[in-house]
Amino acid sequence: MGRAARHGRVVVRGSSVSAPSPGAWEPVIGLEVHCELRTATKLFCGCRNAFGDEPNTNVCPVCLGLPGSLPVLNVGAVEMAMRIGLALHCDIRPSTFHRKNYFYPDMPKDYQVSQYDEPINVDGHLELSDGSTVGVVRAHMEEDTGKTTHMGGGGRIHDAEYALVDYNRAGVPLVEIVSAPDIRSAAQARMYAGELRSILMATEASDGRMEEGSMRVDANVSIRRAGEHTLGTRCEIKNLNSLRSLSRAIEHEIERQIAVIESGGAVEQQTRHWDEEGGRTVPLRSKEEAFDYRYFPEPDLVPIAPDPRWQKDVASALPSMPAERRQRLRDLLGSAGEPVTDARVDQIATVVELDLDSLVLGSVNAGIGAPLAIARTANEAAASPEAARAVDHGAYGALLRMEQDGKLSATQAKTVLGDLLVAGGDPADIARRHGFEVLEASSLALVVGEVVQASPEEWARFRDGEDKLAQFFIGQVMKATSGKANGKAVIAELHRLKG
Amino acid sequence: MDTSPTRHEPARLTRQDAAYVARLARIDLSDDELDQYAEQLATVLEHVAAMSALDTSGVEPTAHPLPLRNVLRADDVRPSLGRDEVLAQAPAAESGRFRVPRILGEAL
Amino acid sequence: MADDARSAARPAPACEVAAQVRSGALTARHVVERHLSAIAELDVELHAFVTVVGEEALADADAVDRRVQAGVDPGPLAGVPVALKDNMCTRGIATTCSSRILDGWKPPYDATVVERLRAAGAVVVGKTNLDEFAMGSSTENSAFGPSRNPYDLERVPGGSSGGSAAAVAAGLAPLALGSDTGGSIRQPAALCGVVGMKPTYGTVSRYGLVAFASSLDQIGPFARTVADAAALFDAIGGHDPMDSTSLERPAPRCVAAVGDGVTGLRVGLVQELLEGAEPAVVAAVRAAAETLEAAGASIEECSIPEVRHALPAYYLLAPAEASSNLARYDGVRYGLRVDAPDVAAMQGATRSAGFGPEVKRRIMLGTYALSAGYYDAYYAQAQKVRTLIIDAFDRAYQHVDVLLGATTPTTAFAIGSKVQDPWSMYLSDVFSVPSNLAGHPAVSVPFGADWSGLPIGVQVLAPALGEAAMLQAAAVIEDGAPPLAPPGVWAEPLGTAGWSSGGRA
Repeated sequence: MGRAARHGRVVVRGSSVSAPSPGAWEPVIGLEVHCELRTATKLFCGCRNAFGDEPNTNVCPVCLGLPGSLPVLNVGAVEMAMRIGLALHCDIRPSTFHRKNYFYPDMPKDYQVSQYDEPINVDGHLELSDGSTVGVVRAHMEEDTGKTTHMGGGGRIHDAEYALVDYNRAGVPLVEIVSAPDIRSAAQARMYAGELRSILMATEASDGRMEEGSMRVDANVSIRRAGEHTLGTRCEIKNLNSLRSLSRAIEHEIERQIAVIESGGAVEQQTRHWDEEGGRTVPLRSKEEAFDYRYFPEPDLVPIAPDPRWQKDVASALPSMPAERRQRLRDLLGSAGEPVTDARVDQIATVVELDLDSLVLGSVNAGIGAPLAIARTANEAAASPEAARAVDHGAYGALLRMEQDGKLSATQAKTVLGDLLVAGGDPADIARRHGFEVLEASSLALVVGEVVQASPEEWARFRDGEDKLAQFFIGQVMKATSGKANGKAVIAELHRLKG
Repeated sequence: MDTSPTRHEPARLTRQDAAYVARLARIDLSDDELDQYAEQLATVLEHVAAMSALDTSGVEPTAHPLPLRNVLRADDVRPSLGRDEVLAQAPAAESGRFRVPRILGEAL
Repeated sequence: MADDARSAARPAPACEVAAQVRSGALTARHVVERHLSAIAELDVELHAFVTVVGEEALADADAVDRRVQAGVDPGPLAGVPVALKDNMCTRGIATTCSSRILDGWKPPYDATVVERLRAAGAVVVGKTNLDEFAMGSSTENSAFGPSRNPYDLERVPGGSSGGSAAAVAAGLAPLALGSDTGGSIRQPAALCGVVGMKPTYGTVSRYGLVAFASSLDQIGPFARTVADAAALFDAIGGHDPMDSTSLERPAPRCVAAVGDGVTGLRVGLVQELLEGAEPAVVAAVRAAAETLEAAGASIEECSIPEVRHALPAYYLLAPAEASSNLARYDGVRYGLRVDAPDVAAMQGATRSAGFGPEVKRRIMLGTYALSAGYYDAYYAQAQKVRTLIIDAFDRAYQHVDVLLGATTPTTAFAIGSKVQDPWSMYLSDVFSVPSNLAGHPAVSVPFGADWSGLPIGVQVLAPALGEAAMLQAAAVIEDGAPPLAPPGVWAEPLGTAGWSSGGRA
């Protein structure tokens, strides 16, 4: 299929999503992610873009929407929006701003400046760590609103007596990333959100802190029978503050919709709120009848069209994205003739997620086989990711070389690695301290020769082709060396003697 | 007679139409006012009918009279207003924030 | 040649005052005191001012005098009193837009034009009355009552910048600023017998101008002479980084252009800019054309039929933008609040109590034009007609350098005579809105009066950034205009330059 053609090899697809059996329910999910940009200032004015400052201390006539104020676009926000677009493989287009008109106290102008039919980034995609791909329809710029706190009545919106508004956040730049409805499970949705977060952080356009609200996810969920092509009625779920709530809420919503339909009802299109405590989605009080935002072009702003030179500069300054980094490791396996199994996919995902690729790459450059480098890093080094990121690359490579050359068994190597991560040092010294003395090649040859002479019958049979007798000889050698010999090295020596 | 589907024949505006518009515009109007505005709006729309029926196929809309593009400012911090100044003319304030009556209905 | 001599000799009140203050012959304090007295005496009848800023004006004047004494350049408009339409933000000074919803609001910042006026040494003496939020053609939509025409107190001064026009016509300030979205500077200038100019869109910053229709609004000068208007435009124009729609190219330096004459200038007399005008107005325009011709310009009759669609297009586009620009007035952050148990009810009640009928009417119209199902037929269609009009002007300007027409169909009408029928009031703008839609400059120049002595204005239009040619033509027209008697309500605060319209004292 297309993806394999792109990567030039057969890829075994990750198994997080299996196709539903015909007639079964198929969830269809799209995610809208609002991401606050890490600019120094707001989208249209020079007020500080900061979280947690005293209320209404980062405001000015522009972001308060005072009469007579006018917006001027922040070049840093445009650049970050472009970074995000490029990281998501979007086309960057000339774009315009529109006004989205509605009343709410956290909106100083009672309209939001956003992008409507001409957004800056379109037609992208996101590759998940399991190899699946989700389309990105658009990633556009818009301004954030202020923050409302409901007061009285126990802090719940419905019982509030009054509200207080802080406009520090009003005018903060946002990029809204809209996925195609390609997601088919809560798990995949969680993976998408996690991957997107990694990308946003890698571009340095966002700090990805869902708990601080710098990344907000809304989910659109509907269900249909597998095999159908039309979409079912969808519900939008809001108030998802963590990847875990995202996953739980979507799972719950899927079940809810299935239950509704199976009991003969129809899913009503509505916005629902995820109630973490109750573990369910609840419908929000309806706002206005299918709201008419009366979008029209923002007359106070002119169109933007980043020139090719600027786009190229942004693209070349972009660090590698997780997907590219994973691809690089897959390529290493490919060069080593190793298939990319599900297990390998998981290992690669772990290495990249924990920023341990440089460790792997360094080792491979020093002559370590990719499969070993990836496995050891993902399975053992990853247990202490911070230490692993700080470990001396030379020492790490030397340790893997000892294992690769057969001087240490796998078990021994893992032990040495543990110590190396905790305290650093020289792997050979560590090995010696544990008594994993590496048997010199010449001593080993001596011992093997002695054992062979001591068992002429078995040797004759081995020479004649009974390869499994190698185990017998290994056992004898182990007895003679008190377990210090390396099985592979013994086999190599046996074959050398065989000629 | 232009029968293009995007053209709209301005019918008399009903009180209900005016009420819908007033809700969108968040202005409370009495029934009398609604009737009066409905009639006045309809009159204006009659005056614009000829323009509305003009054949503009192939004509690009003008959103800005100027051919300006890419007006940007540097991402540099500039002084904000002082909070006291900001809240001094607020109709109601509490704890450094603007106070409003309770909000029914969720943010969109 | 004789014309040149005459224009050179013609007193330019504001420029002359500035020259005398700069040289020390007059103190700014004296100038401002005299004008404040005139205001105190006459504004009771005119109601041109919403707020008079006596204390601050005298302090500003003293600062100008100190600079003069210190040998520091006090600016090209040193000591000249300027009145500002009350929709321009003045820090710490009430800015009401003649609306209850902003009654008492004092902006925490100055509009860019205000900063530039101060830098030029001008002294702001007050905020003038307007139609509420600049929506109207008479100041009858002001929440504080209408202003009156100095030529006849039972008649309107025009609008929406009626207060500024009346103030200048009556001598209460030599200069004033207004804003023009559909003719709101030019039409009151015509009705009050003063010069009023709408510059090219983007040449004067809108930062601090309370928005009515953002793609149409421009701030511009009122003055008694073309030269003064040019000087004021030069002082306030130019790029502003706080306004994204502000042009990078420097505003045309106009003072130099005035007096260059019109030899070889090609003038188009636009048939559609005379249709429906009163006979006296038509006669004035034709006479103005003859003046230009006598001075060496060539006149050709031309027709721009698309101009006929400008008024309906304007009355969809402007209200649509206004409906969005005025949404912020909701009682949450500043201005009027009418309390209610929940915020939506509070907003609805506040806006109902705070806005007058014309503003409500336009918000309703604009909201309707933008609403789902009607956007294409109304708003989008109007934007396309806007393109047609711009293209039509571009074609016309391939044959001519400037265009000529009436500013407004009638002379000053009686207070109360057009309020019942909104469309009849909107028709006042029929000759002025095309320039706003195109973003082009246009100026109204007084040219005599009708049989009852009410002033008539003629309009010169030019392509974008064509202010220099436009003002050249305007100056020649001013030179050749029939003498216009001063208004019934009138002051000469300095008793010096005298009434200068028509160039013959």
